[in-house]
Amino acid sequence: METLLDVENLWVKFPSRQGVFDAVRGVSFTLGRERLGIVGESGSGKSMTGRAILRLIRKPGIVEADHIKLDGVDLLTKTEKEMRAVRGQRISMVMQDPKFSLNPVMTIGSQIIEAYRLHNSASKADAYRKSLEMLEAVSINDPERVMRAYPHEMSGGMGQRIMIAMMLIPNPEILIADEPTSALDVSVQRQVLDIMDKLVKERGMGLIFISHDLNLVADFCDRVLIMYAGRVVEVCEADKLHDAKHPYTRGLLNSLPRLDQPSKRLEVLQRDPEWSQTPSVSGRI
Amino acid sequence: MALTNESNEERPMRALFIDRIWPTLKVVISTIGSIAVTMLGLLFITFIIGRVMPIDPVLAIVGERASQAQYDEVYQQLGLDRPVIVQFLFYIWDVLHLDFGISVLNARPVSEDIARVFPATLELATIGIIIGIVTGVPLGVLAAVNKGTWIDQIARLVALIGYSMPIFWLGLIGLLVFYGILGWVGGPGRVGIFYVDVVPSVTGLILVDALLDGNWDVFKSAFSHIVLPASLLGYYSLAYISRMTRSFMLEQLSAEYVTTARVKGMSEWNVVWKHAFKNIRVQLITVIALSYAGLLEGSVLTEIIFSWPGIGSYITTALLSADMNAVLGGTVVVGLIFILLNVLSDMLYKIFDPRAK
Repeated sequence: METLLDVENLWVKFPSRQGVFDAVRGVSFTLGRERLGIVGESGSGKSMTGRAILRLIRKPGIVEADHIKLDGVDLLTKTEKEMRAVRGQRISMVMQDPKFSLNPVMTIGSQIIEAYRLHNSASKADAYRKSLEMLEAVSINDPERVMRAYPHEMSGGMGQRIMIAMMLIPNPEILIADEPTSALDVSVQRQVLDIMDKLVKERGMGLIFISHDLNLVADFCDRVLIMYAGRVVEVCEADKLHDAKHPYTRGLLNSLPRLDQPSKRLEVLQRDPEWSQTPSVSGRI
Repeated sequence: MALTNESNEERPMRALFIDRIWPTLKVVISTIGSIAVTMLGLLFITFIIGRVMPIDPVLAIVGERASQAQYDEVYQQLGLDRPVIVQFLFYIWDVLHLDFGISVLNARPVSEDIARVFPATLELATIGIIIGIVTGVPLGVLAAVNKGTWIDQIARLVALIGYSMPIFWLGLIGLLVFYGILGWVGGPGRVGIFYVDVVPSVTGLILVDALLDGNWDVFKSAFSHIVLPASLLGYYSLAYISRMTRSFMLEQLSAEYVTTARVKGMSEWNVVWKHAFKNIRVQLITVIALSYAGLLEGSVLTEIIFSWPGIGSYITTALLSADMNAVLGGTVVVGLIFILLNVLSDMLYKIFDPRAK
């Protein structure tokens, strides 16, 4: 499989007065035209991994890696200005809650048009037409009205579809979806995922799907990285996730309630300090 | 929907009225209504103050050696023999006709005095707040964007000096350095002594009057006189505005939509000014309106040091000489300004924040 993104030995560090805190510790993986899931509990470093690829870790955080190669070019050697041409146009990201990730005082139209015109020298009329098409592609029925509306007038599901439209309009090669359905009602989660999946497939993009929902990831992704304390503890095919070997993954799976195996008490995850000491497993192919 | 059985010509007119004109009209009516109610409350308070003050308004006019007959005559002229509620209604009637009574200090109508001193304060406060905004807002944004760096520290220091230096000291030192030693600016007063009353007073704002008259010499003189006191007031506003801008901005810069803008590939300048700044406008308006209202009240110390005949020193002088008509008249004007600025900032909210509609 063709490799779009190649991450080797990624570290995210936050220096503080008490010493350096490592949020991500030596993560390596490759991404092809596939759906790669990253799962883990809160604070396991999965979101940080996503943001580090875009080099959007805020100061005083530091991103270090042997390389983060996009089509063979190391993103770490790029200047901030060159990175801006990568963001949005080549790698984009959808975040958790559209209530917060859309600018509340700008119309949806102006935000989508802006995303397009940042990377395409198109006239306003062309950008407007393109935005309407994009909104239609994410199954929004009355795109003209939505273009004029403000984010607070949208429901969560609509907001997230708008986010997807906005992030895909410059035609990026890679989409990082950081818990894209966690803030949505269960009833619209699937709908949003299907739309995202369809667009990603049609365009032959690579998708990094960050989530804490094991079943969703097992269902939706091709491959899964399981992260714990900033490290990748296990890599497996998504459909084999339920046969995972690592005690942490097993523990997570066992702590989920199951309809077909009812039990009085759910198991509590027993953590082994050794897990956070063993080196990262490579997710490279 | 319900209008389908009406004739075609009637419908658009009626729809236009219901959709467009009526909501606007409703806003206008409710705004005027709220101004009127607040104003009534203010007048009630000033009226009560006027009654409970241990100053006999009749004695203040006739003097202590007047005969009982003279005293009674003035007592009746002032309407003090009528019931209090009637007096209050007369008071409202007078204020609506811009009649605040006669100043006992100079025997002139208070409204004329206020019409003379208020423009002086308005001119000073307006230039002061403009200086405060154009320096304070960028300084606050700069400090927020560079949080924790030396730029932030310098911005903090600049604001701290503004907060803590007494204005009379800064004013005197400013006069000494820029007027006395360097001679860059004009001294005390609104305009050079040769230019007093040279241009006809149209608005009462000397800068505007000079422009209307086309008299550049007067304009230059007035400008050189206003620069120093306005900069001082501007500096004080800067201290407050820049600190508030910084904290509003920090809150916005950590919001998710800012990350979205960065993910789109936007430059940091546009992230800050096109995205984050748009979200602090509403909060900034409140801060600026409050600062401006504070300046319009008249900054007594600045006005005294710079011999600026403004409303602050006017009310203070009146208060010290127990000239109640002048004090209450000034209070009503200052109160009205607060009310109007509040209404104005409410209207600006609705323009800048789509959620407030």
